[in-house]
Amino acid sequence: MNFLSLFVLIPALMMMGLFVSNSRKQIQFVVATGASLLMILSGIITYMYFIERAAGNAATMLFTADTVWYAPFNIHYSVGIDGISVAMLLLTSVIVFTGVFASWKIDPLPKEFFLWYSLLSIGVYGFFISTDLFTMFMYYEIALIPMYLLIGVWGSGRKEYGAMKLTLMLMGGSALLLVGILGIYYGSGATSMNILEIAKLHIPIELQRYFFPLTFMGFGVLGALFPFHTWSPDGHASAPTAVSMLHAGVLMKLGGYGAFRVAIYLMPDAAKEMSWFFLILTGISVVYGAFAAIRQTDLKYINAYSSVSHCGLVLFAILMLNETAMTGAILQMLSHGLMTALFFALIGMIYGRTHTRLITEMGGLMKILPFLGVSYVIAGLASLGLPSLSGFVAEMTIFVGSFQHTDTFHRVLTIVAITSIVITAVYILRVVGKILFGAVQDAHHEHLTDATWYERLSVVTLIIAIFAIGSAPFWISGLIHDSVIPVIGQLAK
Amino acid sequence: MDYSSFLQMHEEFSLIVVMIFLLVYDIFAGEKALKYFQPVALLLLTAHTIINCVPRDAFSIAGGMFQYVPMQTYVKSILNVGTIIVLLQAHKFLNEDANRIKRGEFYFLTLSTLLGMYFMISSGNFLMFFIGLETASIPMATLVAFDKYNRKSAEAGAKYILSAVFASSISVFGMSLIYGSTGTLYFSDLPTLITGTPLQIMAFVFFAVGLFFKISLVPFHLWTPDVYEGAQTNITSYLSVISKGSAVFVLFTLLIKVFGNLVNQWQPILYGLAVVSITVANVFAIRQQNLKRFLAFSSISQAGYILLAIISGSAMGMASLVYYVLVYMFSNLAAFGVISVIEERTGKVKMDDYNGLYQTNPRLSFVMMLALFSLAGIPPFAGFFSKFFVFSAAAAQGYYVLVFIALLNTIISLYYYLLVIKAMFLNKSENPIETVKSDVPLKISFVICTLGILFVGLVSTVYTQIAALSFGM
Repeated sequence: MNFLSLFVLIPALMMMGLFVSNSRKQIQFVVATGASLLMILSGIITYMYFIERAAGNAATMLFTADTVWYAPFNIHYSVGIDGISVAMLLLTSVIVFTGVFASWKIDPLPKEFFLWYSLLSIGVYGFFISTDLFTMFMYYEIALIPMYLLIGVWGSGRKEYGAMKLTLMLMGGSALLLVGILGIYYGSGATSMNILEIAKLHIPIELQRYFFPLTFMGFGVLGALFPFHTWSPDGHASAPTAVSMLHAGVLMKLGGYGAFRVAIYLMPDAAKEMSWFFLILTGISVVYGAFAAIRQTDLKYINAYSSVSHCGLVLFAILMLNETAMTGAILQMLSHGLMTALFFALIGMIYGRTHTRLITEMGGLMKILPFLGVSYVIAGLASLGLPSLSGFVAEMTIFVGSFQHTDTFHRVLTIVAITSIVITAVYILRVVGKILFGAVQDAHHEHLTDATWYERLSVVTLIIAIFAIGSAPFWISGLIHDSVIPVIGQLAK
Repeated sequence: MDYSSFLQMHEEFSLIVVMIFLLVYDIFAGEKALKYFQPVALLLLTAHTIINCVPRDAFSIAGGMFQYVPMQTYVKSILNVGTIIVLLQAHKFLNEDANRIKRGEFYFLTLSTLLGMYFMISSGNFLMFFIGLETASIPMATLVAFDKYNRKSAEAGAKYILSAVFASSISVFGMSLIYGSTGTLYFSDLPTLITGTPLQIMAFVFFAVGLFFKISLVPFHLWTPDVYEGAQTNITSYLSVISKGSAVFVLFTLLIKVFGNLVNQWQPILYGLAVVSITVANVFAIRQQNLKRFLAFSSISQAGYILLAIISGSAMGMASLVYYVLVYMFSNLAAFGVISVIEERTGKVKMDDYNGLYQTNPRLSFVMMLALFSLAGIPPFAGFFSKFFVFSAAAAQGYYVLVFIALLNTIISLYYYLLVIKAMFLNKSENPIETVKSDVPLKISFVICTLGILFVGLVSTVYTQIAALSFGM
């Protein structure tokens, strides 16, 4: 038993605790304790990781553990982390923690809500700690299914449609992915499903040509790759607050992480050969998502399309296949995860008060809800890449990295992608101006009360994290950079 | 002649003893003793299952008529457990006044079909196989028509017997052609004699139809929805799991043991059948409003997934097949159990009736949800593992396209399984199904199924045990 498995065990224990708890107090106690423990645990892991690296341990994955699970298929339960996983675990813990407080007063059926929520976090954590293709895939699917019920039961708007669309499209992605995984395993002739073992082998290029696109698209669906992004706006718009946060903040990162760790790491030859095609698709995601966000009037839809744009940028940077851009991609995952979670949390809180998410029906909220208003502005500025906030660091790194390519194709695409920053500024500033400033639209809004303590806790935690990355990016980018090297090594082979 | 070797047929003899005991008990016991009929029967069956769950060394008796390999013990144990679950679920139904006098028949007929399947599984000769097949089918038809004053049930019984007889006669015709072309019906002699002449290929096709019918693959499935709908729900679940489970195993062993030389012929046939079965059944399932018909189509598509394991013909394929049947048994029996208890107490089987079920019957909805998620292949439930292994067995032989088609179909199937879950958890209803009280045996059956769904996947020992005994081409 490796202590990394605690990340899966704690949510499982939370589920058991929830199962026996009866009152809302007990439920809140269980989830708050569990989420805090996860936070502490990820803090400790990060610290231990740095210590270990400082001591000169240069292995690709640290804290690895391996237990045979299904011997006939060479399936092992193997865990291990590198800098990227550490970053992702930190992100997940922050968002699980803040999500719990953002849905502190969830109604109805709080017990069931947190049960599914815990199951969702089992999936996400498990995905980031696994180094075995099978367990990785299993956790990926575990993360998908609770979504249906979470959105369907606790969502708003066209929730049944959104939930069904999201679930089916993501399952479609996982179908592509499963074929890809089986192809990788049997194609490489590996005697283990461990990613590190398979990376040492060479998959014939003919097979890579089939299985790279399948795997990449499989993860791409979750990473909102155009044209498979359509689940994201409908799904996120109808999901309850905490679920939108976790989904846009972490689950969409599973796509980028998986594409990076599985598709490109294991099939570098095909990645080099086919990256142009997917670069075009992701380029479209980036620009199209931003343009689509301009046209929306529903706050959640705006943010969902902006997620499509930002997550498109993650895949875009990964496909640039160089060190700087890939580091930027991981930074972007972190930064987008935090700020989109902040956005969704704030939107949920505003919606809970005004009972509308249409920007045409809101105005002058800054005077009435100063705390939420200021936080919204901070989130917006992070999103459009203001220096000292996390968005700037990530996007800067990505575009610098992308521009290192000297050929016209990559440069033109990079320039096209950079235009999204301007478009982002348009929709963010427009929304901020419309809903926060100006005259109050609805007389009922005059009497709204500002954030409560648990909402403040959630928002402040996220803002601190955004500032931390934005103003001191070196420690986290160093963490990531070291772990990008093995993938670059594969590409150079 | 020395008949003592017959005693090696432990499973069959112990089942026959149980059957005869129950028959005598039912006929001669007094009113008081009859009260304990069901508990006694279930205990005896449990004992029978436990005694016979340890694999022995392979043997062949009666001149090769009866061949035992250790794997058969696992298959038979799975069938035993399934039968016990079905009987637990039928407990309440059989205790009703109208059915109490028919109780003995019910048990005797069910166990006769089980015995038939035993012989079918262990047969070493086509004649033996045929006797087993018929012993399994004819009592089955009686069971389907068990509720004989119910028009639908009687109709289903007639449909079942007519199509079953038709299918098995074609099968026998195939066997006769095999005999005509090779001069023997012994499985041990046939592999070298079957060389792939056109006559033999035709013989194989005719023969296989009988089994395809039992497994209810498209296009031999047309009886399935009607029979499933008409029969008493517990019989339906028996039909969908036990009968099917034994047939797929037999199909697999025959294909690799007897028709190994025809591999280039049967692989494309199975390929086509798998694609058609999975797809057609899934498309039809979407539109079903009656949950029994719905599960009928779902079980046809599940059979299609099992073909992926058969098509590989490898040891891995056999292990994943048996494992699949095991997991499928737990999931399907749980789903049918919920449907049967609700139908019995309230008479409702329509999807719309299930609206808001979670409000009134949280436990039943929960079991149903687990079962459906497992059928859809969602982790961490056992169905995910069994699907993965089946796909993996097919992919190992290079059938990536087939796997892909099957996977696309899992999305369709997830859609319709989610429709039921949506009805139970999301939809609101004016007059939901009232709270249903489950009796103790039913609860036990749900506990067994739920434990199976939750742990058979996560605990790898089950699969490893099965894989250790599996064999392939």
